[in-house]
Amino acid sequence: MDDLFTVTVTVNGTQYERTVEPRLLLSDFLRHELGLTGTHVGCEHGVCGACTILFDGQPVRSCLMFAVQANGHEILTVEGLGTMDNLHPLQEAFRETHAVQCGFCTPGILMSLLPFLEENPNPTEEEIREAISGNLCRCTGYQHIVDAVKLSAEKMGA
Amino acid sequence: MKPAPFKYYAPTTVEEALAHLAEHGYGAKALAGGQSLIPMLNFRLAQPSVLVDLNNVSELFYIRSDDNGGLLLGAMTRQRQVELDPLIAERAPLVHEVMPQIAYPQIRTRGTFGGSLAHADPSAELVAVSIALNGRFRLRSQAGERWVPADEFFVGLFTTVLEPDELLMEVALPAMPPRSGGSFLQITRRHHDFCIAGIAALVTLDGKDQCEQARLVFLSAGDGPVIARQAADMLVGQAPTPEAIRAAAEKAASDEIDPGSDIHASAEYRRHLAKVLARRALTQAFDRASNI
Amino acid sequence: MAKKYVGQRMTRTEDPRLLTGQALFVDDVEIHGMLYAAFLRSDYAHARIRSIDVSAARSRPGVVAVYTAEDLGDFWQHGPPLVPAPHSVEGVIFHSRTQVPLAKDKTRYVGEAIAVVFAESRYIAEDALEDIVADLEPLEVAADLEEALEPDAPLVHEDVGSNLASHLIQDKGDYAAAREKADLVIKRRIVIDRGAAGAMENRGVVAHWDEKAQHLTVWDTTQAPIPVRNGLAQILGLSEHQIRVIAPFVGGAFGPKIMMFLAEEFLVPWGAMQLNRPIKWIEDRRENFFATTQERGQIHDAEIALTSDGHILGVSHEFLHDTGAYNPYGLTIPLNTQSHSMGAYDIPNYHSELRVVFTNKMITTPVRGAGRPQGIFLMERLLDLAAKELDIDRIEIRKRNFIPPDAFPYNHRIIDQAFASLVFDSGNYLPALEKAADMIGYEKFVKEEQPRLRAEGRHVGIGIVSFVETTGVGPYEGSRVTVEASGKISVATGVGTQGQGHFTSFAQIVADQLGVSPRDVRLVTGDTSEFHWGTGTFASRGSVVAANAIHAAAKSVRAKILKLASKVLETPEEELELVDGLVRVADIPQQSISLGELAVMANPLRGAVEPGTEPGLESTDYYGPQYGAVASGTHAMIMEVDPETMMVEIKRYVAVEDCGTMLNPLIVEGQVHGGVALGIGNSYYEQLIYDENGQLLNASLADYLIPTAFEVPRIEVGHEETRSPLNELGSKGAGEAGCIPVPALFAQTLEDALADYAIEILETPMSPNKLFELLQAVKK
Repeated sequence: MDDLFTVTVTVNGTQYERTVEPRLLLSDFLRHELGLTGTHVGCEHGVCGACTILFDGQPVRSCLMFAVQANGHEILTVEGLGTMDNLHPLQEAFRETHAVQCGFCTPGILMSLLPFLEENPNPTEEEIREAISGNLCRCTGYQHIVDAVKLSAEKMGA
Repeated sequence: MKPAPFKYYAPTTVEEALAHLAEHGYGAKALAGGQSLIPMLNFRLAQPSVLVDLNNVSELFYIRSDDNGGLLLGAMTRQRQVELDPLIAERAPLVHEVMPQIAYPQIRTRGTFGGSLAHADPSAELVAVSIALNGRFRLRSQAGERWVPADEFFVGLFTTVLEPDELLMEVALPAMPPRSGGSFLQITRRHHDFCIAGIAALVTLDGKDQCEQARLVFLSAGDGPVIARQAADMLVGQAPTPEAIRAAAEKAASDEIDPGSDIHASAEYRRHLAKVLARRALTQAFDRASNI
Repeated sequence: MAKKYVGQRMTRTEDPRLLTGQALFVDDVEIHGMLYAAFLRSDYAHARIRSIDVSAARSRPGVVAVYTAEDLGDFWQHGPPLVPAPHSVEGVIFHSRTQVPLAKDKTRYVGEAIAVVFAESRYIAEDALEDIVADLEPLEVAADLEEALEPDAPLVHEDVGSNLASHLIQDKGDYAAAREKADLVIKRRIVIDRGAAGAMENRGVVAHWDEKAQHLTVWDTTQAPIPVRNGLAQILGLSEHQIRVIAPFVGGAFGPKIMMFLAEEFLVPWGAMQLNRPIKWIEDRRENFFATTQERGQIHDAEIALTSDGHILGVSHEFLHDTGAYNPYGLTIPLNTQSHSMGAYDIPNYHSELRVVFTNKMITTPVRGAGRPQGIFLMERLLDLAAKELDIDRIEIRKRNFIPPDAFPYNHRIIDQAFASLVFDSGNYLPALEKAADMIGYEKFVKEEQPRLRAEGRHVGIGIVSFVETTGVGPYEGSRVTVEASGKISVATGVGTQGQGHFTSFAQIVADQLGVSPRDVRLVTGDTSEFHWGTGTFASRGSVVAANAIHAAAKSVRAKILKLASKVLETPEEELELVDGLVRVADIPQQSISLGELAVMANPLRGAVEPGTEPGLESTDYYGPQYGAVASGTHAMIMEVDPETMMVEIKRYVAVEDCGTMLNPLIVEGQVHGGVALGIGNSYYEQLIYDENGQLLNASLADYLIPTAFEVPRIEVGHEETRSPLNELGSKGAGEAGCIPVPALFAQTLEDALADYAIEILETPMSPNKLFELLQAVKK
């Protein structure tokens, strides 16, 4: 049980190397080992989706992976999406439609939507709701989030 | 909730993986997609002393044709791959139909086809569908290999015939017989929750438009998937009229399933749903069979 | 004329920080040398503690300390009662029992903390919990609300002698007499349950004691940082000014984060001082179901008495309310229920007998709605039943009973949650009802579409209900507004923010007074070192009480600006205007001075000042309403039901709300959407299911069903605006309105959809299983 493993992982384009216990969850690794606290932890059951990141370009729940499993892989977190002075069009759309209230679920939803929008540049309301059905939000009732996605699709398509 | 400590191996070949399982037996757990196992570890409901991570065993990730118009899937194939695969859409339309209903997109990017089967949740879509489609599973241990038909693989609540030193390697899905139609229906409280009742049905029509064979597999209707053989037998040799379908649904729901009660649904409600879903699924399956 | 910001749909200033993952939440706080806490919690709802052996836990590598109640010595104490007994009602029985930091002698609910571990990581702390051997002897459990009051029921608090925590009767007029005159009396038992707040961020506390500076900093997900600071000062024997409590960005609260001094808020700061190490405790989701307060059940035996043309003569109900194992929050929830049991209606006679019951379950404290949904459910259900029996259209019966617009202020003469007379300050209920009916196409649906759908064999129902919501209660809030040398404005207030957009809506208020852009107003909420007088964010009061304090402070600063500028520009105040960060002479705009320059002038480094001058351009002001403002509205929906599967689909949802002056309609709409989503959860998906042993059977997000994007429909929001006369802004609260009428609406719509089955829905939440049972019962 004392075995430690070296993890070499690229996050938001930067390579990191750390030595960790195998049971360290990827969500905890990102937040506390790497200090990337934009990814939030809501449940550790794999239901709420707040911890969603892109793992080799695919959306995964980081609370359902171990850091050791990320060795040799690439991760994108919300910090890699945009900055306060230079928001990604999706983030900008969220701002315009008031899709953020407390902001806790937001990073997970943004990461879930990125690959979705790439594959579905012109989604319907139902497709959008399907895409975020694995992300719980207690504040917004989802509507403005759906509006943000539609707006973003327009912007990114333009 | 953080997992209890465990020893971790990340083999890159099946041989290595099997060696670890052979060495540690009941103390070890194979880690596939982790979407069912890791929550259990986080809750400390499971505390294996050894975890054998299969995610680097590249030889287990594939979807191929077999020689008879069927399909072979490596056990570690990601559910998302199965969802998008054109061969699956063409040769196993029932699987293709079911994939988007499994949990959520982020679960399917990690979750594996074989992992869902090995986990054997009685509400799991792939469990019922693999039985309905007469799938066969290839198991291997250091001692050798064996094939197990899907309808013999699941033996109880979260229990399969897999021995502690065995791995599920591959799922074989035969070609659908001509003039076949499938249907999958489930009732969930929220979109994509585990179902409170569900059914996978596959039927085949003969040259006289009568039922040649039928398979009905219920989800959330017992300790494991429940195959309603008597109801299926009632349909064979009959024209699939609404009355025949209703009678088969009634038979299955009344006599062949043993649903439990929990906080989401009573046994009585589940039994009622099973009857309604059986009727609707059979109707849809026969419609599809006759429209080919 | 300067641009007006209040009332504008401004996007939020705080969003870029939240969107880019740069916002600080409590778990983001990292301090060198930090320890992590985990709590051992009782697995039994009621058990005697025979022994707790922590020796193995203490000797685990990485564990720094383990404490039980015995180890706390004199520090062990009951938490403070947060809401006292109502003093203004005669004959009230009220037994106050408040929670303890670690259970001593016995545990009273599953989840009650028995021991705490401080270790080098949460992982190790959880390992250490498994080392602890707690010998608990299970006792009989008081789990059922009615059974708990039976004479032989197991007692949650032996010294009370029974499980009756409180008994209170409120009367308006004379219900018994009214009943005699009624043409129709309807009597029903109505059972109501609510649930967990389910904020996406669980609770957390980080405490850092600086031994050299003798200063304690606490980051806390609380809705009430100032009372927490004050309470900690008392508990820890420190000066209030030695403690700084910060509620940073908080990931949703919805009520339970205002409950104070549960085990963690006591022990984490105390532990930090004892061990001289910073300590972090972050609740995990499973823990949240056991360790965070929630709302639960009420059982009402209720009656409504009416004339044959549908006028309500009176309402009467006896009800039980489950307070859980302790009652630190007093009678707030059931008093709110009473305040809303007459709904929006002019009811001359009302009788309510309340019994609050101790049970072996987690403490009940307000969750969004806080007792109001229960009252509205009661009233709207009784009215709907009456409408059916009297064969009066449900819109018509509401119209006949609304408090008319000229009857305000309307005094119900019962007490509310603030122990004052329940006075409705203002209201105009008919326009919202008519607008909702119009928006959903009520007439057309009932006359044309519904009959057509029914002929096709489809079960599609329409519903419409009205509600009121008490908001904006006191006691007070405060704010300090400062013009800085840069010309930007700095504002501080004591309430915290959990997603409501305060950083923007409050800035809009200041912007209007000072002629600046709201983007140049920097607001700090929830930091006791910035502002230390106030109570907190709760009961839909931020947009009333904090907002009006900010408005007052901004006005005071405006007055100072004008006074000084008048001297500097040698122009009378009436000829000056504040625009674009400048003070300028109205007809001679070149004669101006910037706010920043003025601020510097107001704070000289040398020279003499006139006696009585305050430095700078700053003011601190407070606002405390005499009583709360009452918001209102009407919701309507169209929903299809499959009577074979019990599955439902909401086709359309309309919410018309009236919260007086809206500071920012975009934010109000967001609040309505979120409230409706919670309401939908409370109607068909969410329920905390306890068994007879007080065990919570669905303590996970897999089984406690928070609505996803598929269960929540698109919500069409309409606005009415009946200004409150109680405050200068004319505002009323809006945070809870969305959820209040939903269960009542759901029940009505479900009955309408299944009209051919003639069922009565007298329970909330409903569920597919419960609906199945109702339909089965009717078939037999």
